[in-house]
Amino acid sequence: MRITTTVNGESRQVDDVWPGESLLYVLRERMGLPGSKNACEQGECGSCTVYLDNVPVCACLVAAGQAQDRDITTVEGLADGEDLHPVQQCFVEAGAVQCGFCTPGLIVAAHDLLAREPQPSDPEIREALAGNLCRCTGYEKILDAVRLAADRMATT
Amino acid sequence: MSTPATQTDTATTGRIGDSPLRPDGVQKVTGEFAYSSDLWLDDMIWGATLRSPHPHARIRSIDIGAAMATAGVHTVLTADDVPGRNRVGLEHDDQPALADGIVRYQGEPVAIVAADHPEVARQAAKKIVVDYEVLPAVTEGRAALDPTAPLVHPDGNLVRHLRIRKGGTVPDSAPVVVSLDFEVGMQDQAFLGPESGLAVPAEDGGVELYVATQWLHVDQRQICQALALPPEKVRLTLAGVGGAFGGREDLSMHVHACLLAMHTNRPVKMVYNREESFFGHVHRHPASMRYEFGADEDGRLRYGKAEIVFDGGAYASSTGAVVGNGGTMGLGPYRFPVVHVDCFGVYTNNPPCGAMRGFGCVQAAFAHEALMDELADRVGVDRIAIRQLNGMREGDENITGQLIDSAAPVGELLQIVNDLPLPPAPTGTRDLRDLPGGVANTTHGEGVVRGVGYAVTYKNVGFSEGFDDYSTARVRLEITAGEPVVTVHTAAAEVGQGLITVEQQICRTELGVERVVVHAKDTQVGSGGSTSASRQTYVTGGAVKAACEAVRTAILERAAAAARTPVAGLRLDGGKIVSSSGEVVAALADLLGAEAIEETVEWRHRPTSRIDPETGQGDAHVQYAFSAHRAVVDVDIELGLVKVVALDTAQDVGKAINPAAVMGQIQGGSAQGMGLALMEEIIVQDGIIRNPSFTDYLIPTILDMPPMKIEVLEYADPHAPYGVRGVGEPPTISSGPAVAAAIRQATGLALRRVPVRPEHITGTL
Repeated sequence: MRITTTVNGESRQVDDVWPGESLLYVLRERMGLPGSKNACEQGECGSCTVYLDNVPVCACLVAAGQAQDRDITTVEGLADGEDLHPVQQCFVEAGAVQCGFCTPGLIVAAHDLLAREPQPSDPEIREALAGNLCRCTGYEKILDAVRLAADRMATT
Repeated sequence: MSTPATQTDTATTGRIGDSPLRPDGVQKVTGEFAYSSDLWLDDMIWGATLRSPHPHARIRSIDIGAAMATAGVHTVLTADDVPGRNRVGLEHDDQPALADGIVRYQGEPVAIVAADHPEVARQAAKKIVVDYEVLPAVTEGRAALDPTAPLVHPDGNLVRHLRIRKGGTVPDSAPVVVSLDFEVGMQDQAFLGPESGLAVPAEDGGVELYVATQWLHVDQRQICQALALPPEKVRLTLAGVGGAFGGREDLSMHVHACLLAMHTNRPVKMVYNREESFFGHVHRHPASMRYEFGADEDGRLRYGKAEIVFDGGAYASSTGAVVGNGGTMGLGPYRFPVVHVDCFGVYTNNPPCGAMRGFGCVQAAFAHEALMDELADRVGVDRIAIRQLNGMREGDENITGQLIDSAAPVGELLQIVNDLPLPPAPTGTRDLRDLPGGVANTTHGEGVVRGVGYAVTYKNVGFSEGFDDYSTARVRLEITAGEPVVTVHTAAAEVGQGLITVEQQICRTELGVERVVVHAKDTQVGSGGSTSASRQTYVTGGAVKAACEAVRTAILERAAAAARTPVAGLRLDGGKIVSSSGEVVAALADLLGAEAIEETVEWRHRPTSRIDPETGQGDAHVQYAFSAHRAVVDVDIELGLVKVVALDTAQDVGKAINPAAVMGQIQGGSAQGMGLALMEEIIVQDGIIRNPSFTDYLIPTILDMPPMKIEVLEYADPHAPYGVRGVGEPPTISSGPAVAAAIRQATGLALRRVPVRPEHITGTL
């Protein structure tokens, strides 16, 4: 089947999509956007988190056909050209990235949290990111990164 | 003893002791970093694997006809298509790349398919008809040692038996005798990036493999054997690695993707999904342990006895070395006049077990730390005091008779965690998110009791027991666009821990050049050894340092000759050659011009030795690293739910090359240990994995992890480059036992098994 969507502000069309494919597969293997990650493909780890019409979803749980005529933003669409989004910049600076496989999903989830709640408390950060598994960091520096991003976004 | 050539006044930033940012950080936050599952070529096809549904069965026949006839399928291969010796393995090559006649665990690869689309490949694999004759299986470690047990391999079920005997016969009695049995379940590494890679057939009849791994050269050796190709025709490049933790030390899809690529003459990509990943790599050995300590009335240890059985599963993997660790460090960082340890690794028809962070020490620590608490209670001293009384010190002999010849701050680490402020006692209405059960709203504080637990550990760093453990580094200094640039090339795998940052820091420190490019990790340079055993900063760090020193020597000699000045006192800093008085003798750009200086060095740590097969005595290990944890838990004793309130730790890292990265290792390592204590277990029943998913195999989330207070000591090891001590593993060893101890303290229950499940606490098991 043919899928037409808007991805990171660009209209995209892909053909010959097998109806069983997920949005994650289409992004990664058909659109050349492998930033969204395939850690579990079961909706448990959050590594494939993308915005679907401004709502964060696990792209692995969205059938490709459901993306028809929808607006998708992936981790590749968050930076402004060469300028990283503050959430991205703060993940790098805080040392919140080790292997980085969880990072794209966490960046999108944290981006969404700070859009909803610019000054989240620690329990709010924890609750918002509870659907994103990280195996390397023990999450301490991820908390640091989100706190830092909140501060930085408040002062700019 | 090596002398660090560290300079104090410098124009170069991002050196050792600083915390420069990861060079791959920006790519990782923008989604541009290419992991092994992200690789893509225009004409690539996809591989899939058919695995055994049985823990033990004879293959009567395999019919690939229907699979081959499926539209979009390019080829279907079985053991008959393996051109070389169909055996792989880290220590013993006992595992077929594709099953040949017998399957020995559920999930063993039987056949592989290449097709246009991954789903077509998977569906075609299901059409392969395998006629199995199911055989009796042995699925429990101790049962495997029974002479009547089914044999997993013809030579018997014992992989290794390590004996440690020291100080004569174990006394018949002691004023205080404590004993226990302890069991540890099977833990999964649960790295997030699934096993994956891309194999590309080469025009010379060889193959290029881009793969996520921990040790390129040991992979290459095994692939060459299976493919019957020389090393120069099997070229590996490290693709982006989404975590490892030991689970990538063995092969997964490597040989399969190469076989499919060479048979189809097309690039072949293989990516496991999460379920397949649970079958695609080895796990942490389940352990069954019996311990007995004898002590004086005041708690001073007289003897330690232990019998440890590691269930190695169907193939050896690194079971032999895990037995080595579990045995030689099995009694913990304590002083024992008399020692009697038997440590067994056995074959069963369970999933193969091998390397995971902490490697044999994790399981033993749960037992020896529980027993130390028991001893403290029996003697009537506190749990810090009993460990400080018996804790190992520098200058002691450990249980294999090896001299501990650098810092062994057991007592100090315990004192530090003991002195850290405790979290305040809960008062008033509590946030649900701070309570056991969390927002499931299972309690508002009623039935919740608090406990505190302690644990301390020591862990070997690097490969042991006489293994030739080395790394290779190639360092090149040249002028690019008028600026000096260093390129560092090693095959040592970056798996997320930050080795590439450390390599840059060492080059900046030794060569005074800001810009350091980390060459792709591949087999075009000599082996870097494994990214395991907390060894890369030590061993590959040592190799990079030595290669830099060789480059520096060459440059300084040249500069001295050009300037007609003695070489002594010259140093490199800020891209310049500087005299001892700080004058600039020459700029590197002027001195080198268009020429490059390149040196390749193979570097070894001081040798270890095999231990005596009868007594277990010998200098088995090159270095030991120590850590201690204090855990504070709240337990809902009615529902058996646990909330870890605090997890504080102290660790001696020798020298923190990158202090921020050290903290990241300690935080992440502690989380994995906590996970084993509380929730992480692959449930295997009769050889069948019951929970191969992240729905049913739980790892700690950000809601589960408490805030951590971390104190880092830097007692330089005089034998190690810059004094470093391996960092990655100790936190995974001491955190779990501290959590288990805290639950015991809160509940008064014995809790002789981890992970501790709710039914263990409520007594409803």
